[in-house]
Amino acid sequence: MEKILEKNLEQKAEQLVKEIMQDKILMSGDEALARGAYEAGVLFASAYPGTPSTEIMESLAKYDEIHAEWAPNEKIAFEAAAGASIGGVRAMASMKHVGVNLAADPLMTFAYIGVNGGMVLISCDEPGMHSSQNEQDNRTFAHFAKVPLFEPSNSQECLDMVKEAFDHSEKYDTPVIIRVTTRVCHSKSLVQTGERIEPPIKEYVKNIQKTLPVPVFSRGRRKLIEERFKELAEYSEKTHLNYIEPSNTKVGVIASGMCINFAKEVFGEAASYLKLGYTNPLPENLLKEFYSQVDKVYVIEENDPIMQNWIERLGYEVIGKPTFLPYGEMTPDVIRHAVYGDKLPVQEINEEILVHRPPNLCSGCPHRGFFFELSKKARKHDTVIAGDIGCYTLGFGEPYATMDYVVCMGSAFSAAHGTQKAFEAAGRENTKVVGVMGDSTFFHTGMNSLIEVLYNGNDVICVILDNRTTGMTGQQENPGSGRNIKMQDTPDIDIETVVKSLGAKNVARINPNNLKEVRETLDKAYATNEPYVIITDWPCALKPMGEKDYEKYGKDLFKKRYTVVEEKCIGCEACIKVGCPAIAMIKEGKELVNKKGQVATIDETCVGCDICAQVCPTQAIQFSAELSKLLDGASKQKKPDFFN
Amino acid sequence: MDDTKNILLVGVGGQGTLLASKLLTYGLMQAGYDVKMSEIHGMSQRGGDVSAHIRYGKKVHSSVIEKGSGDLLISFEQMEAYRWVPFMREDGTVIVNNQAIHPVAVLSGKANYHEDIIGELSKKINTKVLDARKEAEDLGNPRGTNMVLVGAAVKLLNLLNIDWKKAIAANVKPQFVEPNMKTFERGLSLV
Repeated sequence: MEKILEKNLEQKAEQLVKEIMQDKILMSGDEALARGAYEAGVLFASAYPGTPSTEIMESLAKYDEIHAEWAPNEKIAFEAAAGASIGGVRAMASMKHVGVNLAADPLMTFAYIGVNGGMVLISCDEPGMHSSQNEQDNRTFAHFAKVPLFEPSNSQECLDMVKEAFDHSEKYDTPVIIRVTTRVCHSKSLVQTGERIEPPIKEYVKNIQKTLPVPVFSRGRRKLIEERFKELAEYSEKTHLNYIEPSNTKVGVIASGMCINFAKEVFGEAASYLKLGYTNPLPENLLKEFYSQVDKVYVIEENDPIMQNWIERLGYEVIGKPTFLPYGEMTPDVIRHAVYGDKLPVQEINEEILVHRPPNLCSGCPHRGFFFELSKKARKHDTVIAGDIGCYTLGFGEPYATMDYVVCMGSAFSAAHGTQKAFEAAGRENTKVVGVMGDSTFFHTGMNSLIEVLYNGNDVICVILDNRTTGMTGQQENPGSGRNIKMQDTPDIDIETVVKSLGAKNVARINPNNLKEVRETLDKAYATNEPYVIITDWPCALKPMGEKDYEKYGKDLFKKRYTVVEEKCIGCEACIKVGCPAIAMIKEGKELVNKKGQVATIDETCVGCDICAQVCPTQAIQFSAELSKLLDGASKQKKPDFFN
Repeated sequence: MDDTKNILLVGVGGQGTLLASKLLTYGLMQAGYDVKMSEIHGMSQRGGDVSAHIRYGKKVHSSVIEKGSGDLLISFEQMEAYRWVPFMREDGTVIVNNQAIHPVAVLSGKANYHEDIIGELSKKINTKVLDARKEAEDLGNPRGTNMVLVGAAVKLLNLLNIDWKKAIAANVKPQFVEPNMKTFERGLSLV
């Protein structure tokens, strides 16, 4: 009954939204890409989470008609989609830009094989690196693989172009890349949605000349790629996605993706535009026409001069790089400054009083206990720590400083292995090398990384911080979490069993919130001259808990609150040094309490991990049954804003 | 393009910044404006800073507000307000929630949180300080800080002709519409 009521109320809210939007829907680029895939009749979609791509698959998972999934990594997501395409259905893979580095292997050859059901790869690039380690320009992959490239500039185009891309893929027998950037993925605008079509599933007919790329067959396919590219060039000339918006004849602007919006903001009607939505191959006749209409042309593109190089090769003059920087976003202020040399008046502020607010490990984060003890150990014993990509990368910061370098997803153990061998050669035998990665990263590419250590053996310490989820991107399920993207139960792949089956002899599975256990395990690992695997096993405090979690970790999991007994607090700041955002020192009005004139306080984000209590020398920090009850078992720690 | 207004909403992860920006967007759309909204999150999820850009007018191209062009800055936290001043026009306005959330560097004693950020802010720009959290708590809705700020913003932007209740009802569960309206109206009355 309650459920029906809730459903009714939900429908009412939906109705209101429709009224406000006049039957359109406010969607982010990611949501619109997912909607486009739905409308295009996609039946199979696979992804690995990564900002700014994550919400594409999260949105797709809501459609019952589609098999949506989190793959262990991006290469596998692409391969699975390729296989689904071969099997005859429309299939999609989505990922952040660096994910395509992995997926490049199947992409390069699948470009030869071509499709049966349409196949689309969505690459979400990050000019400006809002939450990425590099700003590689993945348009290059389309050129590299000789496949078509679509670049939507807003949410409506995201939806429309996905549909177009699937038709295109099937018509020209090729995988297609759609490249979007953070500002397209995370900007919201109104979208007119349509109905889902359900194209008939194509019959699978064995055809090894096409699908089995041994050299003799590949040589034939290689020629077909060149033929195909000529046909794509014809399409590029006539598609409605590439068009001229004539206005001023003195200045012309060529741009694609979000850059066209940024450019229009600056030039307005003082320029004519060649708006490109389909950018590989470029429409050479249309370019010629555009050049005949204007006196000079700006090519505005983020990152690499990819269109610029192409256009210059045709013999046209381009104002592009280096007038526009080869890095960062081409936001209107950047364009304005590059073109006109001026900037809007900006008020300077006193940088000295500005305190930065870097992201940090949440209250109750299970990585805290481990990093706290590792930092203590590393201060006593020369240690180099290879990190990896996830929430735990934040272990590089204060107060832990427990990370020396990070290369890429899954690199921690293999890179640590290399460093250790280098240290051996350098006679630096007293340095311990530690690799640290999370559970999702372990399943991503970390298993191979561990195999490197076990196979080519040395005494690296390999730490898997298992928080039972994919934390950094917003608590997505993974092969070890026991649920899939649709929150159905799956067999959870036990990391300890995997590690042991790979041949690891020294394996310790510990509770990272038990500092003594962490300390003793590290001591043992440092003293062992063989590969040593430590698995810390405690869930992320923000993860949606299931029955299994309460069974395994206790009914009071994250339902406890601690408090400071002020009379016992000596103001020593030992608790502050664990780096928990729930703890602070209060100085005002507390002069009489102790010599230091300050006492600790714990705020409502506390979830009772107990770490601060373990470091308190006077037992001033205690479990509070009263506060815990007051909270009715629910932590005040809010989900990150994005998930509200 | 010249009629385009630029609103920045900034705060700390978990403060309800993005819901506030969604509400404003819905209201502005109701009024028939072309609206573009853009969010930056990602690493900002872990207690870092969060920002949303809203641009509205007859025809809006870019979803991103450039430095020196902000008309209204709605800040959920003092330091965040100060951080975003360079994005504001000289004659722009800041609505700031009178709350200081200490970054970890301050908590661990490695940095000082300036004792008079509001004073520094006022030197730079037209500043309206609201005890939004306290006002919301007074109304028995401690999570309504964002609504108080939205209410104040609506008043300052002179957007009173819009059916804001409808925008709220489209975004929150029915049982929360009234409490949110109350805090919203409190915000209206504060500026």
